[in-house]
Amino acid sequence: MEKALVLMGCAIGAGLALIAGIGPGIGEGYAVGKACEAIGRQPEAKGDVTSTMLIGCAIAETTGIYGFVTGLLLIFVAPGILTGLL
Amino acid sequence: MEVSITGARIYFEIPILGGIPITETIVNSWLVMLAIIGLCLFLTHDLKVRNVSKRQVVAEMFVTTAQNFVNTNMGEKFAHYGPFVAALFASSLLSNLLSLIGMFPPTSDLSTTLAWAVLVFVLITATKIRTSGVLGYMKGFTQPIFVLTPFNILSELATPISMAFRHFGNIVSGGVISALVYAALASLSSLVLGLLPGVLGDILSHIPIFQVGIPAVLSVYFDLFSGFMQAFIFCMLTTLYIGNAAEE
Repeated sequence: MEKALVLMGCAIGAGLALIAGIGPGIGEGYAVGKACEAIGRQPEAKGDVTSTMLIGCAIAETTGIYGFVTGLLLIFVAPGILTGLL
Repeated sequence: MEVSITGARIYFEIPILGGIPITETIVNSWLVMLAIIGLCLFLTHDLKVRNVSKRQVVAEMFVTTAQNFVNTNMGEKFAHYGPFVAALFASSLLSNLLSLIGMFPPTSDLSTTLAWAVLVFVLITATKIRTSGVLGYMKGFTQPIFVLTPFNILSELATPISMAFRHFGNIVSGGVISALVYAALASLSSLVLGLLPGVLGDILSHIPIFQVGIPAVLSVYFDLFSGFMQAFIFCMLTTLYIGNAAEE
């Protein structure tokens, strides 16, 4: 019974952790939109704008990746440790 | 339906110091290192000043690109970091691309990326100490006011952790999503082909026909694009952090 509760908690937590993906999604979309505007205004700066945008996107993605790693830990690592404690 | 998502398998253990496990990560990263050494030897043997071969042109292009990358991001006085950044990029890129041929990419093990990030962190700290001295480095933690010291230490430690987790998370997420898509396509094809009447449906429903071709589209993004981007970003952040450390 306790095991089932622990597994349920881990699964729900993993699902909740992936909500963190919303933030980077919105942020990256905004960044890419602005980059498109910038390229439209100054097509000659396309290379610089694109590389800066990709770096910024990768850094903005970090929070989403944290959420994903938390989800992975909750699914693959936490149940073993927590049920071992019981 | 069988979904298997595993970490690095342990092949065997060396029975010294309480057992050192030899995992897939170690074997594959040695393979990557051997591949890079082989590539370097192949590209750089028999170099000439005149009548250069195509191979030498490619080698020169690699070296010039790496050196330009370091020079534009860190400035001329850090030109000696060129080989280090190039080596980091090559090992990261080849490790990520291993997943294309179905092998376990070493970068989807946190140990690999954390080791690289700690290496970069040591370089950043060494550069800071060299620029402003040990006392100046210590004093930097109390800027702008003394109360912020714990936060400064935290943000210092966050650098290697975020670099390691970014690289690790991107590669692992690609692997997990590919595994899920493969499993989904297998069950979808057995469901759809099972609708065919008679013996034909029985036979075809055991062959996951939908797995052919469709995952290749995902592979182009997750293995090629994401692998290249993460290697590039890791090197970009390395150069930027070390360059910034010298300016303070």
